[in-house]
Amino acid sequence: MTAIGTTTAAGAPRLPGWVRYEVTAFAVVTALGLIGYLVFPFDLALLTRIIAVTFLVLSLDLVTGYAGVVTLGQAAIFGVAAYAVGNACLAGITDPVMLLGVGIIAGALMGLVSGVLISRFSALPQLVISIAFGQLVAALANKLAQFTGGSDGLAGFAPSAVLGVFEFDIFGRTSFGFSLVVLAVVLALLLRFVQSPFGLMCRGIRDDALRARMIGTAVYPRLIVMYGVSGAVAGVGGALSAINVGVVSLHSVSFEMSAEALVMLVVGGAGHLLGAVFGSILFQIFGHFVGSTNPFHWMTIVGGTLILITLFAPKGLYSAFASAMAKFRKSRVSQ
Amino acid sequence: MTAVPLKVTDLTAGYGPTRIISNVSFEVPAGRKLVVLGRNGVGKTTLLSAVMGLCTQHGGTIALGEEALSGRKTSRRAMMGLGYVPQTRDIFQSLTVEQNLSTGIRAGSDARLDEAYELFPRLAERRRNLGSQLSGGEQQMLSIARTLLGHPSILLLDEPLEGLAPIICDELMSTITELASSRAISIILVEQQIERALVFGEDAIIIERGQIAWEGAVSALRADRDLIETYIGVGIH
Repeated sequence: MTAIGTTTAAGAPRLPGWVRYEVTAFAVVTALGLIGYLVFPFDLALLTRIIAVTFLVLSLDLVTGYAGVVTLGQAAIFGVAAYAVGNACLAGITDPVMLLGVGIIAGALMGLVSGVLISRFSALPQLVISIAFGQLVAALANKLAQFTGGSDGLAGFAPSAVLGVFEFDIFGRTSFGFSLVVLAVVLALLLRFVQSPFGLMCRGIRDDALRARMIGTAVYPRLIVMYGVSGAVAGVGGALSAINVGVVSLHSVSFEMSAEALVMLVVGGAGHLLGAVFGSILFQIFGHFVGSTNPFHWMTIVGGTLILITLFAPKGLYSAFASAMAKFRKSRVSQ
Repeated sequence: MTAVPLKVTDLTAGYGPTRIISNVSFEVPAGRKLVVLGRNGVGKTTLLSAVMGLCTQHGGTIALGEEALSGRKTSRRAMMGLGYVPQTRDIFQSLTVEQNLSTGIRAGSDARLDEAYELFPRLAERRRNLGSQLSGGEQQMLSIARTLLGHPSILLLDEPLEGLAPIICDELMSTITELASSRAISIILVEQQIERALVFGEDAIIIERGQIAWEGAVSALRADRDLIETYIGVGIH
């Protein structure tokens, strides 16, 4: 890694490579958000929803893309965090930042619990356990109506102003701005996290768990911790969803939600946080606009597009884009 | 870490119910270099796997210094001081050389990446390359370097020269020899290239059908070429 405090030839201070990468990612996400705000000023609720779901896809990327754990139960963590935030708000904690903390804690705890169960297994048994875990949580959410509102959903809570200043408005500006800032910050932190020794070893475990054991890595505890971190990220998404929408429905913990998140991750590119972000944004915007322009055949169009993407970019759109950029740079150098 | 003796007593091990080695006993005193010789399929790799806890141990004991290893997990054995470089190399393909090396450094350790680059300068040149972009020799260097960053007290090398060009073999053996003399570390080397192994080792065991057929000093083995002819079936010059 480049040492901190290096200078350019002109003598100007230059940030080390990894900081530049994270600052760039922060700037790109913020810029994308601002473009979204300007281009779709009347669809801020959709953009806010996209950001909340992006956290779910990011959390899935941590366990699936970075640690090799295949799961179809990640929405359970997202949904439980959303319910926790809704209940906390009903109990009198209305500060959005505090509620975000509640979501993070609830998500992390759920992540640890699911990690203990799911990462104990591998391959198909792992997948089955993850589905069973998700279904169990969904069934409980339906039964425990006093905490979840059952099939009616949990409603009737209203968070206070963000930082005591920015009230939530009917146009969704505060929700969008709050969510965008949280996404940019969390993404920058996660980019650092996956490059840490812990993050690198998780990628090593994904590549070859046996080899990781041979160099002294206790694989199972690491995967549980990774699940905890992933749960905290999903918890942020669940919290934002509850804070911004004011309703938590059973869909938040559903199998469909987990499956959609996996599709978004595969489309964007598993094992790349930016791939997860782009996959989530593209899939949801594409689905929304195809659905609104062609309500009769939109699922066919979305399904066909997914097949094409998987055929021509099996490692996801981010990898295809990165590979195309690398070829472009190479051709320019050789000219 | 400082070198620690390894003592294997009446070890019987294999895969599942199948026993590959039986009643194997030997000792590697601290700082010594032991070479394990034998034909293909006699149980050399199984022996190292059993020491590392990667296969089923049916009987016997394994001790690193005063600590018993039997029954302990592979990761625990590595933490206790065993450094294993398997035949398959098994570097992390999706990580760069530098990232691969970083995974070998344990939390709280004073190990530095420079240690690996000093040992294998070629890795420094390839630090930004992915594991999948390295040649066989470079992968082997990376595998050894990463294991050494864990500061093991004993290094288990399973056929590190397999499939490598002669010039790379020379380079690698010269580095391993230098390593053995400059660090407090014991080494067990399983190798099919008999001449190179005998130049490197101080003690030797020959395995035949899962059991130790001969053990002694390398000098004795070099002096009695008929032994090698008998057990391994190759002549040395």
